[in-house]
Amino acid sequence: MATTMAQPEFRVRIDDVRCQQCGRCVQQCGWGVYTFDERPMPDHSACRACHRCVTYCPAQAITIEQNPLAYRDNPSWTPALRRAAWRQSETGGVLLTGMGNDRPYLNVFDHLVLDACQVTNPSIDPLREPMELRTYLGSKPDAVGVEAGPDGFKLKKDRSFAAGIRLDTPILFAPMSYGSVSLNVHKALALAARRLGILMNTGEGGLHADLYPFEDNVIVQVASGRFGVDSDYLNRGAAVEIKIGQGAKPGIGGHLPGEKADQDIATTRMIPQGSDAISPAPHHDIYSIEDLRQLIFSIKETTGYKPVGVKIAAVHNVAAIASGIVRAGADYVYIDGFRGGTGAAPQVIRDHVGIPLEIAVAVVDQRLRDEGIRQRASIIAAGSIRSSADLAKAIALGADAVAVGSAALIALGCHLCQGCHTGSCSWGLTTHKSELTRRLDPEWGAERLVNLVSAWSHELQEVLGALGVNAVESLRGSRERLRSVGLDAQTCEIIGVKPAGL
Amino acid sequence: MSTLLERMATALDGVARAGLPGERPAYREEAPFKIHGGCGLMGICDESGARMTGEAAIRAMAAQRDRGNGLGGGFAGYGIYPDFAGHHAFHMIYHDEQARLDSEAVIKKAFIIDEAEPIPRRHVDSIVDPPLVWRYFLMPHRRKVEAIGLPIDDIVVRTVMGINAGVDGAFVASSGKNMGAFKGVGYPEEIAEFFRLEEYQGHTWLGHNRFPTNTPGWWGGAHPFSLLDWAVVHNGELSSYGINRRYLEQFGYRCALGTDTEVAAYLFDLLLRRHGLPLELACSVLASPLWSEIDRMTAEERELAQTLREVYGPAMLNGPFAIVLGFDGGMVALNDRIKLRPLVAARQGSILMVASEESVLHEVLDAPDKVWSPRAGEPVIARVRRAEEAGAAGAVPLAAEVA
Repeated sequence: MATTMAQPEFRVRIDDVRCQQCGRCVQQCGWGVYTFDERPMPDHSACRACHRCVTYCPAQAITIEQNPLAYRDNPSWTPALRRAAWRQSETGGVLLTGMGNDRPYLNVFDHLVLDACQVTNPSIDPLREPMELRTYLGSKPDAVGVEAGPDGFKLKKDRSFAAGIRLDTPILFAPMSYGSVSLNVHKALALAARRLGILMNTGEGGLHADLYPFEDNVIVQVASGRFGVDSDYLNRGAAVEIKIGQGAKPGIGGHLPGEKADQDIATTRMIPQGSDAISPAPHHDIYSIEDLRQLIFSIKETTGYKPVGVKIAAVHNVAAIASGIVRAGADYVYIDGFRGGTGAAPQVIRDHVGIPLEIAVAVVDQRLRDEGIRQRASIIAAGSIRSSADLAKAIALGADAVAVGSAALIALGCHLCQGCHTGSCSWGLTTHKSELTRRLDPEWGAERLVNLVSAWSHELQEVLGALGVNAVESLRGSRERLRSVGLDAQTCEIIGVKPAGL
Repeated sequence: MSTLLERMATALDGVARAGLPGERPAYREEAPFKIHGGCGLMGICDESGARMTGEAAIRAMAAQRDRGNGLGGGFAGYGIYPDFAGHHAFHMIYHDEQARLDSEAVIKKAFIIDEAEPIPRRHVDSIVDPPLVWRYFLMPHRRKVEAIGLPIDDIVVRTVMGINAGVDGAFVASSGKNMGAFKGVGYPEEIAEFFRLEEYQGHTWLGHNRFPTNTPGWWGGAHPFSLLDWAVVHNGELSSYGINRRYLEQFGYRCALGTDTEVAAYLFDLLLRRHGLPLELACSVLASPLWSEIDRMTAEERELAQTLREVYGPAMLNGPFAIVLGFDGGMVALNDRIKLRPLVAARQGSILMVASEESVLHEVLDAPDKVWSPRAGEPVIARVRRAEEAGAAGAVPLAAEVA
């Protein structure tokens, strides 16, 4: 009997003429593709097309190809579905995967276009004029009380809202826990966040002591497993985030296997070394909205009323849920769309649960406005923000800022091979094998992250200039500046965007 | 508060709808989206409270005739109705008698009509097929107002919005006290002639000449836009219209007119009347200082400026504009944050004047003490002293002079 019927997805091809038999590929591959016997020999079935070997081959001798193996045509039974059935027949298990939904659902962002000024109002050149991206997240009152003093006006002293979270550009790094990613990834994110004037997010794995110097640029997360949470942790963050759900796996908890819980991770998570870290699917002290309110205010009491946000996955009833979260006292709502990434999730959940971010942001923003509570909380949009175009469109739909996880990992070398859950990331990102994690120099990583976010910010400035506005708040929620190309009428109505031509 | 307003709006909607006969064809007015265009404008205020006829405003607008294209002109005068100073003066534009009957039914839900008459006018060759123009002097109907249970200003706002959005073929040109807006399709000097503007006397005048770049002009779409005592003339295009409008909708404003100037008028109403901000701060909300400027302020100034910007970011008017707001007792002129539209100012004794072009100032003022170009985002404010004494005398054309 064949050990497996699932044939390799990729084929590794080595140009024997160019190959110098140096063995670099053997050393670089985290998946164990290569063995060396006078020359490198690939095992195609282990390859995930992560391009680590391709990138580091000094002779440019390696290429990876899609396996050309023919399958009998059947558009319904795609080769991927057949492979999945074979694998499950072999193991009886749930198929696990990493990163975001890779199914070809309609991408709403790709059917939205932005406006620009012509004649009747001037566009603005961001290279020569101010172009402001600074953003404050948090709850704001409807009106500002002022009083006349001897030397001008000043704020009334009964100001009852907390100062907002300052972002120099409306981008945050999305929560990725220490555990799901390496400490060097956290360090790179923290360094970059400080230089960019933005925030990184611990995810649910606690805050490593090495990151304490960066705490002003860190959102600390409280998830269902409460890993690493104590009052010291809560008080270190610039803000606290309660994680209810994740776009890649709405309604699903998490599981960090005990073998990953080494001394450092175990200490940071406050669990015994080597024990499984299981995040329950729900918070067992939040079975309803009033429980959430109590947790929000417990955290506020503990932290002297720091901003507290709530992260949810975009699901069918997201507008009503977000409304409840705002009324429960959250300072921001973090909406994670169904293309959001994950370190590990059942494939069926990642690919088939949740709704697109674009639609979720639009309906949440509108619902909060309909209820007159939009000022009370900010909206962070996340779940596959791929470019500055997505950023601009998400803001125009109503987001205050976006969070980027996958894009940040891509900056650090991720090639979306979807093998995060294996713990063997050749790029050293989602692994704890020291020979792999040391591949990421935090300084080098921070520089690339700063470059990426700066580039997107410059591009956002270009978009704003073309739109004839010089501050991002004038694009925020301004759906009049968007048009759809090829979206159906009902979707247009739901997201409040007119079709092109109107 | 919002639930009360909503209830009120619903009540008024019901009235408006109930009054609509089904067989009459609906009027197509301006497009239901934003109107693009450029313009010329002026504002003049005698801070002594002395009143001047409308002629200064007419001359100022005639001097910048080529800034418009004949598709919209208008004026607002303050202090023009001293005999009815305590009444809400409603200037109405009707397409037909049915619109008038429907609107009056809405008005009577909360007001007693003390005077109702066509606005005096004369024939002007170039103005073809004008709508019916009426004015009303209204007092609150105490019992009905008490039953509604809202401040009278909110009832005025809701009445105006109820008519504009709910009554087909009717439009409220202005609704303040001792002031009025006169506007229509035509060059401003033609509109002035039509409305016999030279026969009115006021301490503050605004004027506007319009250059819409799509859709035929519509009488309701000309400037000034007015609500309560506010009147706004505006040159420019609010590139932030989309979010300004959605922001206002949260506070119960319904932008039914499809022009960006409307949002400027409502924002002034929200900031000045409902939120009680001083005029200077309201201006710093609409043309917010740059963050780089805020960062350089003293700690106390910075706290105020940063808070205003954090809270009122969606209210910032972005894109090119020059705007003049008239209010009870003065006017303020304001440029956008980086001065993308012209605005010049002059002072001559107690008179402050602003216009789109400097030549206009010299056309009207014979010897200005000072002429300057206000900086981006810096408000130019004129306040009438002893406003209650302004307009103690003067002839105002009323019912007897209907054309």
